[in-house]
Amino acid sequence: MSKTITRITSNQPVFKDSDPQDSLVTLNLGPTHPATHGVFQNVLQIDGERIVSCVSTIGYIHRAFEKIAEHRPFYQITPLTDRMNYCSSPINNMGWHMTVEKLLGIEIPKRVQYMRVIIMELARITDHIICNGILGVDTGAFSGFLYLMQEREAIYEIYEEICGARLTTNIGRIGGFERDFNDVAWAKIRAFLDRFPRVLKEFEDLFVRNRIFIERTSGVAAVTPEQAIDYSWSGPLLRATGIDYDIRVQDPYCSYEEFDFEVPVGTNGDVYDRFMVRNEEMWQSMRIIEQALQKIEKEPKGVFYADVPGFYLPPKEQVYNNMEALIYHFKLVMGEVETPKTEVYHAVEGANGELGFYLINDGGRTPYRLHFRRPSLINYQMFAHMSEGMVLADAIINMSSLNVIAGELDA
Amino acid sequence: MDKATVIAKLSEKFADALSLQEDEHGEITGSVNREQIMDVLRFAKEDKELQFIFLTDITAVHYPDQQKDFAVVYHVHSWVHKIRMRLKVFLEKSDLNIPSATALWNGANWMERETYDFFGVNFKGHPDLRRILNMDSMEVFPMRKEYPLEDPNRVDKEDKYFGR
Repeated sequence: MSKTITRITSNQPVFKDSDPQDSLVTLNLGPTHPATHGVFQNVLQIDGERIVSCVSTIGYIHRAFEKIAEHRPFYQITPLTDRMNYCSSPINNMGWHMTVEKLLGIEIPKRVQYMRVIIMELARITDHIICNGILGVDTGAFSGFLYLMQEREAIYEIYEEICGARLTTNIGRIGGFERDFNDVAWAKIRAFLDRFPRVLKEFEDLFVRNRIFIERTSGVAAVTPEQAIDYSWSGPLLRATGIDYDIRVQDPYCSYEEFDFEVPVGTNGDVYDRFMVRNEEMWQSMRIIEQALQKIEKEPKGVFYADVPGFYLPPKEQVYNNMEALIYHFKLVMGEVETPKTEVYHAVEGANGELGFYLINDGGRTPYRLHFRRPSLINYQMFAHMSEGMVLADAIINMSSLNVIAGELDA
Repeated sequence: MDKATVIAKLSEKFADALSLQEDEHGEITGSVNREQIMDVLRFAKEDKELQFIFLTDITAVHYPDQQKDFAVVYHVHSWVHKIRMRLKVFLEKSDLNIPSATALWNGANWMERETYDFFGVNFKGHPDLRRILNMDSMEVFPMRKEYPLEDPNRVDKEDKYFGR
């Protein structure tokens, strides 16, 4: 056991036997790491703070939704979609309902469409609140998150009034909603719209011109539009690179073509631009909700589902008192519905990007095949490639700006 | 450029390989053979007029009753014309090989890994074709129809009890 001990003569430390600075350190970031905000792993090889290579491993909360969906009637698939992007589950719910309605060719009353728009835009706001708030936390600023989180709570209370649940909402039915929004829900939506601009402005004031925040985020993980298309990016990430692809405008669903709103785009595709795009989308979402509230005023009151008795689950009191409703209820639950044998792809603008449902129906009780195009999965695959050569601290804020939701990643 | 022109242009270029039509939901659908799928995708992507530059999704379907019992499904999107196109490539179970679209889009990487993971489709030329969501030690491809979700001995969910 004789080891040469070398005295340090200068400021430079000297390592004789094995120089730790010669070798790379392997770091397991995840699967349960506070900085990943979800259950997924990255095995990093780092040289000091610099990432040399990165391998992403996902699938830790894979729950086989596509397989389960092949064994469930259409209306029982809605709760599965909740659990994909659980930060904005109403968008998933509505996307699924609209897919089935497209398959069945159901025409939805305008009032229901506007109600859906309100719900979807509220969900988009909650999702962006989480993403931008957490991005602030990851750069070291907690206060913004705290202020915004309170408002997410307010939106969850609106969900509670509408459907009783908060996170995994299961809002709506195929053909409309299960019940009309009550007066408290309308009042809460109104109150939220009155209060939120001030809070969001305060949040923006904390970050947008903040020197520390800009230096941490500006120029970090910049992506060119060509790269973004090459990796099939969509949603706010794609728009931050400067491409104005928004399905609400490109391929309007749910009467989005009647609304007046802007699609914010970035210029550099870096973390700062993604933050700004998401912030601006929250303002635009509020504009859309305002317009939807005005439009609903002009529609006949009390309409909350389409008149399609064969497909819309009838209200319970009718099932107990009305023969026809009982028959429809039985047929729907038992899967005796006549559905066209065809294929349909329907995409909605989820909070993270293009959320697509590819449904193949063979006329049976359940879908023959259902595939979810999950934006988190497709957006996240560039992460390993982007991280190489990046400083670890930058990779962390890059990850939180990608807004990877583990549930959506793994389905 | 409308859908009919797109169909005409692609059908003219790949007369014997491609059969395209517009479905009732306004999407162009069709099937291609395996040998020419990459040529069709490359042409659709790189042609100055068509511009199907966005790869929306890659997935697969299992049709156990057909002779060619697997279909790999490509969704591509032309943003400038607002047209979506769905292309299917039918394969036989004994020969589940197809060229990888990673040569055209890097984004195809994980989509193909997922398709491999669940259906066992072998994408030739893929840089890193291994399982993505399931365990590495898994030996089956679980989305194939022969693997039941629940206990196959259960009889209370059989179709005949629901009048079919």
